[in-house]
Amino acid sequence: MIVNTSRLVIAVSSRDHVQGSTSAIVTLVEYGDYQCPACAAAHPFIKRLQQQYARDLRFVYRNFPLTQIHPFAMPAAEIAEATAAFDRFWLTNDWLYENQDSWSPVGVPGIMVGVRRLGIDDVALQKALRDEKIVQRIRNDFKGGVRSGVNGTPSLFVNGLLHQGGLLQLNAGIDDAIASARELAREKKTDSDELPPSESPLLSSFFSG
Amino acid sequence: MAILPSGTSAPAFTLPCTPDQTVSLADFRGRNRVLVFYPADWSPVCGDQLALYNELLDDFRDLNAQLLGISVDGAWCHAAYARDRKLHFPLLADFEPKGAVAKLYGAYRNKEGVAERALFVIDGDGVIRWSYLSPIGVNPGADGILAALEGLPSNLDTAKKRAAT
Repeated sequence: MIVNTSRLVIAVSSRDHVQGSTSAIVTLVEYGDYQCPACAAAHPFIKRLQQQYARDLRFVYRNFPLTQIHPFAMPAAEIAEATAAFDRFWLTNDWLYENQDSWSPVGVPGIMVGVRRLGIDDVALQKALRDEKIVQRIRNDFKGGVRSGVNGTPSLFVNGLLHQGGLLQLNAGIDDAIASARELAREKKTDSDELPPSESPLLSSFFSG
Repeated sequence: MAILPSGTSAPAFTLPCTPDQTVSLADFRGRNRVLVFYPADWSPVCGDQLALYNELLDDFRDLNAQLLGISVDGAWCHAAYARDRKLHFPLLADFEPKGAVAKLYGAYRNKEGVAERALFVIDGDGVIRWSYLSPIGVNPGADGILAALEGLPSNLDTAKKRAAT
């Protein structure tokens, strides 16, 4: 049994790339590297989880490029971030992971094939890439990941707790998080039932929110 | 055998870092040192762990720290591994007598004949300021090392600056 003490130190915010409902019970945060084979293997698995848990699961993607072992991880991350300006971030994210075998050996020219397919031309992308906030964002993602105990890729946090097992144990981790959240909600409900309504404004907003 | 705790004087050593060069702990006196004992070159967890530290060399430099990896692998093995993974910090060969330095730090596994996955932060005066023994199959990450380095009195100003950015 592995004792897990690593916690997400950078809270999920509006600055993040987020898929799913803000009222989801479980938030899954991935720290990923586009050129990492294990991340590509995890990609369809995470897609299935999103289908399976639907409104109960919110997914957040953050960058953790290991640039020395993956020379195109950083350019891939920069391009994906740049396509956010065209509202194509998630499409690029999907394309990069689904086609890693095709672009990973050749780098940027291979990535550009995918970007064009998403309807973004080279000139527009080059312009978007000049935004210095892109590199800063990737660096900040990386730094925050290190602080949170990210130790390789993909690193996945389930409701803020670093998932230490394999992908197959992820379902159990999510199920546990859902069960404990529902348990907590039941306890709070029981507590609030004992109070006159006027004395529990916070709790009532908790349930209506 | 427990690893040497914080407050202990770090045992001196000299080990090969390439087939024809050696590195001593004392070479970096006055600077902080991070010793990373790990079981073996090429094993998957070590690869991730060292690849992560390799990405953080600027951070270690900011915190006036030299990173040193140590395993019982020989210098030629280290050379091939470092080249393959593009590692930009020394890997020391605790090869002959095997594991002697790991034993000095209480970080040797007699049964398997390899170093533990253990981390030590040593200050400029040669005193261990933080140590951590990770379960052998678990990559300990870098957050503990960075927090320990930032907690050193000599890094007070640097730590403040880093927290502000």
